[in-house]
Amino acid sequence: MVAWSEQERSIIANLFSNLDYEDVGAKALTRCLIVYPWTQRYFGGFGNLYNAEAIKMNPNIAAHGVKILHGLDRALKNMDNIKETYAELSVLHSEKLHVDPDNFKLLSDVLTIVIAAKLGTDFTPEVQATFQKFLAVVVSALGKQYQ
Amino acid sequence: MTVWLLISCCHHRLGLSPKGGDIPQVLMDVYKPTAAASSKPSPDKMSLSVKNKDTVRAFWAKLSPKAADIGADALCRMLVVYPQTKTYFSHWKDLSPGSAPVMMHGAVIMQGVTDAVAKIDNLTDGLDQLSQLHAFTLRVDPANFKVLSHNLMVVMANQFPKDFSPEVHVAMDKFLALVALALSEKYR
Repeated sequence: MVAWSEQERSIIANLFSNLDYEDVGAKALTRCLIVYPWTQRYFGGFGNLYNAEAIKMNPNIAAHGVKILHGLDRALKNMDNIKETYAELSVLHSEKLHVDPDNFKLLSDVLTIVIAAKLGTDFTPEVQATFQKFLAVVVSALGKQYQ
Repeated sequence: MTVWLLISCCHHRLGLSPKGGDIPQVLMDVYKPTAAASSKPSPDKMSLSVKNKDTVRAFWAKLSPKAADIGADALCRMLVVYPQTKTYFSHWKDLSPGSAPVMMHGAVIMQGVTDAVAKIDNLTDGLDQLSQLHAFTLRVDPANFKVLSHNLMVVMANQFPKDFSPEVHVAMDKFLALVALALSEKYR
């Protein structure tokens, strides 16, 4: 089980309570598909992904980005039990979606950069460290059920 | 791949089975990729396109006035977020954010990357000496280049949120990966 200090819990709670899911979720998935184009392989049915402009304007991608971001709410509400909390989603990503777990790290790096752009001076090194730790735990949990 | 789809479509139209065994040999011979064609390197495969280079140069020009600050911030974040990287700086008295060694070294690193931008057309040759330094003297595990690159881009996004668009991001990510590759050249 991962240990969280009071300060870390407070940083995460604060970050998510001020989070604009619609904006950040859309931007994160969009950016991921542009910066790491091979991730587009999972979005064949989502419409026009022909170039960066098309991806940025694609409403299906934007909506899905928001959905993914809300997926982090589970970890937020169960910080002492993240591994078990994501067992079901891990099976889904492995058995049904067939997502290479390396992609979780790519998306989490992009999400960090989108948050960095959004928070400005509030995105201190400590906040970055805590956020990246949080994402790393989620990423690990999502990869746990792969076999 | 698309060539085979074309053949299959043609065969559907002609009422023939799309299975490979039924395709006339003459068509197979014409459309079989030759050894030469399949080994020809694609010019844009993971290397910097002209557009990538222009994007990197333009963004670098924008951030130049704050280069030293950016380097210091990136280095500081790396030391805080990835504590294992502190092992390379055990000779510093003070590793805390804003400390003199961190500020100075951040600036040194950015000078190196600025140099790489100038040599963007031939990073392997251009960074030869820096590669030797990293390989034989510093012996930094090359995995850490990726870590520092990530932190450089976090700072770029943080300080230039409007300019660090997805297009700039992908160009910078590719560029920094190629810098890392050039720095690793002499390792073994």
